[in-house]
Amino acid sequence: MNNDTNRGSIRPEQFQKIDRSNYVFERIERKRLTAWQDIRYRLVSNKLAMTGFYIMCVVLLFAIFAPMISPHDHFTNDLPNANQAPSWQHLFGTDDLGRDMFERTWKGAQISLFVGFAAALIDLIIGIIYGGIMGYYGGKVDEAMNRFAEIIYAIPHLLVTILLLVVMEPSLTTIIVAMSITGWINMAWIVRGQIMQLKNQEYALASKALGAGAMRIIFRHLIPNAMGPILVTLTLTVPSAIFTEAFLSFLGLGVQSPVASWGTMINDGVKSMTLYPWRLMFPALFLSLMMFAFNVFGDGLRDAFDPKLKK
Amino acid sequence: MSKPFIEIEGLKKHFDIGNHQILKAVDDISFSIGKGETLGLVGESGCGKSTAGRTIIRLYEPTAGSIKIDGTDVTKVSKSQFKAYRSQMQMVFQDPYASLNPRMTILDIIGEALDIHGLAKSKAERKRRVEELLEIVGLNGEHASRYPHEFSGGQRQRIGITRALAVQPQFMILDEPISALDVSIQAQIINLLIDLQKKMGLTYLFVAHDLSMVKYMSDRVAVMYLGKIVELAKSEDLYANPQHPYTKALLSAIPVPDPDFEAGKERIVLKGDLPSPVNPPSGCPFRTRCPAATERCAAEAPMLRETRPGHIAACHYA
Repeated sequence: MNNDTNRGSIRPEQFQKIDRSNYVFERIERKRLTAWQDIRYRLVSNKLAMTGFYIMCVVLLFAIFAPMISPHDHFTNDLPNANQAPSWQHLFGTDDLGRDMFERTWKGAQISLFVGFAAALIDLIIGIIYGGIMGYYGGKVDEAMNRFAEIIYAIPHLLVTILLLVVMEPSLTTIIVAMSITGWINMAWIVRGQIMQLKNQEYALASKALGAGAMRIIFRHLIPNAMGPILVTLTLTVPSAIFTEAFLSFLGLGVQSPVASWGTMINDGVKSMTLYPWRLMFPALFLSLMMFAFNVFGDGLRDAFDPKLKK
Repeated sequence: MSKPFIEIEGLKKHFDIGNHQILKAVDDISFSIGKGETLGLVGESGCGKSTAGRTIIRLYEPTAGSIKIDGTDVTKVSKSQFKAYRSQMQMVFQDPYASLNPRMTILDIIGEALDIHGLAKSKAERKRRVEELLEIVGLNGEHASRYPHEFSGGQRQRIGITRALAVQPQFMILDEPISALDVSIQAQIINLLIDLQKKMGLTYLFVAHDLSMVKYMSDRVAVMYLGKIVELAKSEDLYANPQHPYTKALLSAIPVPDPDFEAGKERIVLKGDLPSPVNPPSGCPFRTRCPAATERCAAEAPMLRETRPGHIAACHYA
């Protein structure tokens, strides 16, 4: 049939106008969020990561405030009351010199956490600068700096630390220095990879075309955009530093008595583990809890930063 | 043509890709652009047109050749002097989603240009200047405190243009500024660029693969193939009388909004793919895909020569 004859049988009056004024053509259900809001949302909805976060907060609060409130102090000997089991007087019992374990556990937490955060901070600063320069310049600079990092990385980490602790006076500073000597390399490699990926982004090129110097491009444009992986690495560095400190203290190379850290307390506790289990139990429990908390929080943070896991 | 403002002479950009292989992304190109003129640079993906643009603005160091702005060879000036030339030439990038730092506000993105060249003396002046610039490109000055993701593609591209304008350049390289935008927005951006050119006397190098946009926008057009310029002519002349077989093939691919014409049109379909610029063919680079190639093309590389008045092409048979 011809189109024209068909068209002739429909008259304009037969058409009716449909009211579409209230019709919604397209709706975006997902709320518009900034990148950080999005990350926070994904992190908060991750129950395991939040459990870790709350454990971290509680331990941190106790570490700061418990020693202030407690009637005991961490170094005065009280030999008649040595090796007491936990009681209302001494919540976590006492050690072989009669010192209150509750007080010492939180004092130890202060030292352990301080070491953990300080080492992570030093790693962060050195890693960002070294990795940033390596990644941005690339080529021969990268090659040379990378070889240097690899050489340091190839020396067994513990050997360096132990040797350094033998040469230097065992103290908090020495432990932090010893851990930082090799610790920054991982961070530097993470930063390097990120910078290499980002440096050819058009916003970095635009800045270069405007005449911006390398430092401006690295620190104003590239590092802020690489913050995700850097933060994740940071949260995983803290527990490993705490653990290394505990390990060194356990070997007797860490902080010296009467200053306590979780490591030295575990070391003391192990000796009388069968007779006075609480002397081992409490510092070991909190060390494990803190390891767990940091690791699940770090994992949660990594997932939150990965947009491919967007739900 | 007015006195050339930009003169590119024998520009080469080779990348060493290891294994003793060299990728000749831009291989000996020369052209000049007069003040206030627009030169279109077209070619298919991978022909080196973006690399050419980036080498001219020295995001990449040229392997050889000279780049003269107003008579001064900027490849020879010292680093500190070069900063002054930076403000004379600027670039608008292809992808408006990637060209603005997502962690910075518009004020800081545009303000950075002012900071680098010391164009604003105080914070208040910096803010005022950014707002003025935003209004020039048709955006609301109050939007300066927002982040890039709050804007649409077209608005973002306007911000990209604003950033380039902030240092008051005389020459702008437009690196496919519209290819990432909706068709309806493309016209807005093109008209904005033409307006700005008229108002400020800007000189443009317009890199694109959209031939109809290039025709609308450019005074002269250069066609690139495998790192070389194969044809260069006045815009109308190139579209009316293409000399090089590659240009002919490109032009035959432009759709015409007339079904009858389109049905009768003969399209030249090129066979094969773009050869690798690491191993370019001997002689004429286009011979492997050229419908009219002969033995002479394999033996002898054609030089650019004037085939019509003001119209140069690199083909033995043009």
